[in-house]
Amino acid sequence: MAGLMAGFGQYTHAVVRGIPASLAQEALRSSQAEVDLDAARREHDAYAEVLRTRLGLEVVELPADETLPDCVFVEDVAVVCGETALITRPGAESRRRETEAMKEALKDLNLNIVEMTDENATLDGGDVLFTGREFFVGLSKRTNQRGAEILADAFKDYAVSTVPVFEGLHLKSFCSMGGPGLIIIGSSEPAQKALKIMQQMSDHRYDKLTVPDDLAANCVYMNLPNKGHVLVHCTVEEFPESVKVFEKLKDHMLIPVSNLEKVKVDGALTCCSVLINKKANM
Amino acid sequence: MTTEAGSETEVKENAEESAAPPDQSEQAKQESQEVANAEGEEKGKEKEKDGKKITRYLPTWFKKQKSQSQTSPTKDVQPTEEPASKATEEEEGPVPEVNGHAEDVEEKEEVKLEQVKEAEAESHSNASTDTEPAKEEKVEEGAERSSDETKKTKEAEGGEEEKKEKEQVEAEGEGGDSQTSIFQSPLRLVRKTKMKVVVCHVALLDGTDFTCEVEKRAKGQYLFFKVCEHLNLLEKDYFGLTYKDNHEEKCWLDPTKEIKRQIRSNNWQFAFSVKFYPPDPSLLTEDITRYLLCLQLREDVASGRLPCSFVTHALLGSYTLQAEFGDYEPEQPRPLDFISQLTLASNQNKEMEEKILELHKSHRGMTPAQADLQFLENAKKLSMYGVDLHHAKDSEAVDIMLGVCANGLLVYKDRLRINRFAWPKILKISYKRNNFYIKIRPGETEQFESTVGFKLQNHRSAKRLWKVCVENHSFFRLNAPEPPTKAHFLTLGSKFRYSGRTQAQTRLASSLIDRPAPSFERTSSKRISRSLDGAPVISITEAGRDMAENGREPHLELHSDSKSRLRVHGDNIYVRHSNLMLEDHDKTQDEVLKHQASISQLKRSFMEAPPPSPPQPNQWEKRLTSSPASIRVQQQQVVGAPQTEAASPDNTISKPKEPAKTTEVEIEETVVIQEVSKAAKPGLVTVTIASDAEVDAPPAEEQETQQDSAQVEEEVAAEEVQQGKPESVSSESESEDEAEYQPEVSVSISQTQIPEEKEEEEEPEKDDRDKGAEEQVSALEVPSLPAELSHPAEETIQEEEEEFRKEETDAEEKTAEKEKESERETEESTEDPMVTPDEAPDSPTPPVETVAAAASPAPAEEEEEPKVNGEASLVEVEPRPQVICCSEPPVVKTEMVTISDTFAAQKTEIATKEVPIVHTETKTITYEAAQLDGNGDGEPGVLMTAQTITSESLCTTTTTHITKTLKGGLSETRIEKRIVITGDCDIDHDQALAQAIKEAKQQHPDMSVTRVVVHKETELAEEED
Repeated sequence: MAGLMAGFGQYTHAVVRGIPASLAQEALRSSQAEVDLDAARREHDAYAEVLRTRLGLEVVELPADETLPDCVFVEDVAVVCGETALITRPGAESRRRETEAMKEALKDLNLNIVEMTDENATLDGGDVLFTGREFFVGLSKRTNQRGAEILADAFKDYAVSTVPVFEGLHLKSFCSMGGPGLIIIGSSEPAQKALKIMQQMSDHRYDKLTVPDDLAANCVYMNLPNKGHVLVHCTVEEFPESVKVFEKLKDHMLIPVSNLEKVKVDGALTCCSVLINKKANM
Repeated sequence: MTTEAGSETEVKENAEESAAPPDQSEQAKQESQEVANAEGEEKGKEKEKDGKKITRYLPTWFKKQKSQSQTSPTKDVQPTEEPASKATEEEEGPVPEVNGHAEDVEEKEEVKLEQVKEAEAESHSNASTDTEPAKEEKVEEGAERSSDETKKTKEAEGGEEEKKEKEQVEAEGEGGDSQTSIFQSPLRLVRKTKMKVVVCHVALLDGTDFTCEVEKRAKGQYLFFKVCEHLNLLEKDYFGLTYKDNHEEKCWLDPTKEIKRQIRSNNWQFAFSVKFYPPDPSLLTEDITRYLLCLQLREDVASGRLPCSFVTHALLGSYTLQAEFGDYEPEQPRPLDFISQLTLASNQNKEMEEKILELHKSHRGMTPAQADLQFLENAKKLSMYGVDLHHAKDSEAVDIMLGVCANGLLVYKDRLRINRFAWPKILKISYKRNNFYIKIRPGETEQFESTVGFKLQNHRSAKRLWKVCVENHSFFRLNAPEPPTKAHFLTLGSKFRYSGRTQAQTRLASSLIDRPAPSFERTSSKRISRSLDGAPVISITEAGRDMAENGREPHLELHSDSKSRLRVHGDNIYVRHSNLMLEDHDKTQDEVLKHQASISQLKRSFMEAPPPSPPQPNQWEKRLTSSPASIRVQQQQVVGAPQTEAASPDNTISKPKEPAKTTEVEIEETVVIQEVSKAAKPGLVTVTIASDAEVDAPPAEEQETQQDSAQVEEEVAAEEVQQGKPESVSSESESEDEAEYQPEVSVSISQTQIPEEKEEEEEPEKDDRDKGAEEQVSALEVPSLPAELSHPAEETIQEEEEEFRKEETDAEEKTAEKEKESERETEESTEDPMVTPDEAPDSPTPPVETVAAAASPAPAEEEEEPKVNGEASLVEVEPRPQVICCSEPPVVKTEMVTISDTFAAQKTEIATKEVPIVHTETKTITYEAAQLDGNGDGEPGVLMTAQTITSESLCTTTTTHITKTLKGGLSETRIEKRIVITGDCDIDHDQALAQAIKEAKQQHPDMSVTRVVVHKETELAEEED
């Protein structure tokens, strides 16, 4: 039994969900870009494939639901830490039903399910940054204080600090974890400001890896047996300058994954999966 | 011997106590322990299923005790231990007589505070019967006096005398004891007097109860060390004793203070707890320390104070099982109910228990010590580990929690962390009334400090939080504890400082521990209900005292810029050492440029050492001896006269010139005393100092419990003078009080310490005051005070404080009082509102003086007689006639203004730009009817006094309001003094504040200062030099 807070980045399972055709037209987005549905699906398949074959995770793929155009972004509907899974109440009304399939999937994985039933609470998983030692919850258009409180109640072991998100959709729209104690952060002013707040709020010290592009700061970090530090990040085509920064991470296995299409509907790399560590029970 | 060097030192400190009492107490303790053990055994047998364990446990424990006792150096001289008479006070007998005084003191104190209580408390003791009567008598006397005072002016003096006596007694109690012990103790070791011994019950972390006897006047550390000795604990700095105050709030027992004065009840029940949670328990040296920490954390988890997830809960529980019972034994499955006995979790259920057992299995082979360590390694990662939460409200009245921990101050809303202030970011910690403030170091991009304020439930809460912060910061961040008083830093209010060892020190000490790992019995943690609830003590006075544990806590608010929002709240300000502060420079918030000026000023005043003025003490002495070079200006107040301006050179002050500042010092003193005859008077003193000039605003605030506002007024004028003189003579209790508050003009506020809570003016405060006074005295900078105003000392005051310059002020007050008669203290009718620069050559004052003189036949005059100093030439005082409006016959107050050499020096400095020759003082005293009557209690009276002191650079106006109210049987007197100092030069508002407070204290020893507000208004352009 690993002790408290051990094994940050260790995952055994991933939950993903297919892309419905409705995504192209109906998915929420902050820009007016047109999404190439086929390209998006190819990207997503490649993404899942990396998790499955390249990284060896047990990938649970939920079927797409045409009535839920944003359902591919599973991260927003569940926050899993340790053996507890918090089923969120997404800030976007149209996405509330996305939680149903997720809840069932996580139940099947024997996680302790905590549901956010408070009608005053909203929380998108994209606003939740878990550093291994604590949570930062971005207070954004999608996430409110009450939602953060419920998250704090669900994960009592950890400090839960709130961070105002002034720009971007989610907290993790401009940051993510790049390793234990390493925060990857965009270079925009709002991103840097948020980082400052996080550093001030934390009892722990974090290194930061600043990348030129905010969107490039969203990466998927894992610490896998036989692979060590793994970082799934953007491609050179998308953010060449940022990739150069990643390439300085000598200890990491760097896996570029294209996200050209999903980003049009505000989807980032972390958005497309819920990572779970069930090793203890395996 | 488990006792460490620390303990020894302590013992030394408490000469008397340490000498004989400890031994005795030890013996007594042993005995008591035996008894306790016996009881414990019984209980254990009855309750404990695992009787075996307990029985095992007890014997060893018992043995330990004996062995220790043997080893402990006990004085055989006092061989007779009253084996049977544990409870009886007579056991105290062995205690040296030195206590005789102490007893008296105690008696008095108790009388007021605990009259009722004590009777009960001591009732059980035989000896008590004898003593009690005496106490009662005293009490009665006191009451009589008080009543008389209210009615008769002269009697008022008597009241003051009482005060003095009390103070003295108290002084003796603390300082005096030591002295006595030093000199007399040997002789007094004779058991004549019976030291009162009290039985203390200490709830230990393993759920057992530790009983020991301590001398009634023992300090907290004595009991604490006895407990640690009992526990065989060497790394004791992480722990402490708690008690519950009258409000059922858990408080830490201050090791440096007498227990009795802290608990304020007859319920001598305590709990041994972890005070500082080591961030890395693996660095602890001894397993026993970790074990105790585990016990604490088990309780924390079980009680919900340390929240954790289901899984963590189970994990911790499993380590507890492993530590307590060893490897899981399948054939002997422990019933779930068994586990639940351990109170591992507050919300235990079957699932939890099964999880615990499941995990327990995985710990096979783990030793208890290893299990404890694993327990701690997991517990320490919990976000709320070691976080001491306090309820509060933010500026918008939103409920939040403030968490104090090793790293700093955390702000929570519900369960969310919404802010965090690491210790390095905090420049200053203070509280005022129920407000708690932290001053934040500016961030990288910020230019100004910001102050964040929180509202706590009440004053006690604010104080408690403040103390916790001070202690946590000191323990975790300092290499060595901060001395109580720092000359260079502002320390308003409480002198309270962490007195123990810091973590760095304790770690060092721990590394030197050289003993075989002590064996200790783990007990299945079946806790005896730990109720600290004692019978609530009811004495009203005590309530007031509660606050004062650490001495007075005057609430001081310094509003650096009345205009700008910068405010420095001085009630209790804890300024961190620079070395600590330098660590992080994060700039959090932007502040207005305007504030900057004010801030900078504040910085100077607070952070900088007082202006380069000669050591105050010297000056004080000089003054006391009638310093040669000082020019004294007499201020005379004419009652009934509108306003007279008395030139007061005093204002000119040495401190660096700062833009005009307005400093308001409001001191609210609230003393509620059951009055049979007396009316408790909370006095509010508001001192507003607006200084354009360099003059250090010498706002004086005075609170007279019973005394009337008149005194207050006088004080204002006198403040300056007093400041100079203030009672270097710490010997006098009164002076002590003053000292703490001393806002000596010259002295920067930073130097002055203000007792934490003035509310408890009574005994505890006095003690503090004494200490503080001494300290302050040393710190006082005479030079800073340009002129000393000596007011005719009031009779009462004079008597008490002849040494002090207060006389002058007192005199004034007295005069005022007399006029009103309502004030019993009206010593001398002479109230000379005017300040006459006797010597001042050009002073236009002469006329004024004459007037004043005429008006004031005050006795004080004698004292006040103007002194001509060589410097006089330098400083010219123009006394302006002061008019005092009184319904009653006009009273003239005479104030002495003394210009010290230092002042001259300063003046010279100033001279470059300014001509400091003419000083004018104006005082106006206005009485508003009601109090005309001698009986203050009967009619609420309002006394208004306005005093203006003007020098070239400074103009000081003092306004005093006195309000009396009758509530039920209690009469409250509230004195509010407002001092406005306006000057071109720098004003040392800090000093002014200090002075004001000091004066207030001096003048109104009976009253407590409840509020001090300082407003500063500064004009940047005016900055000089």
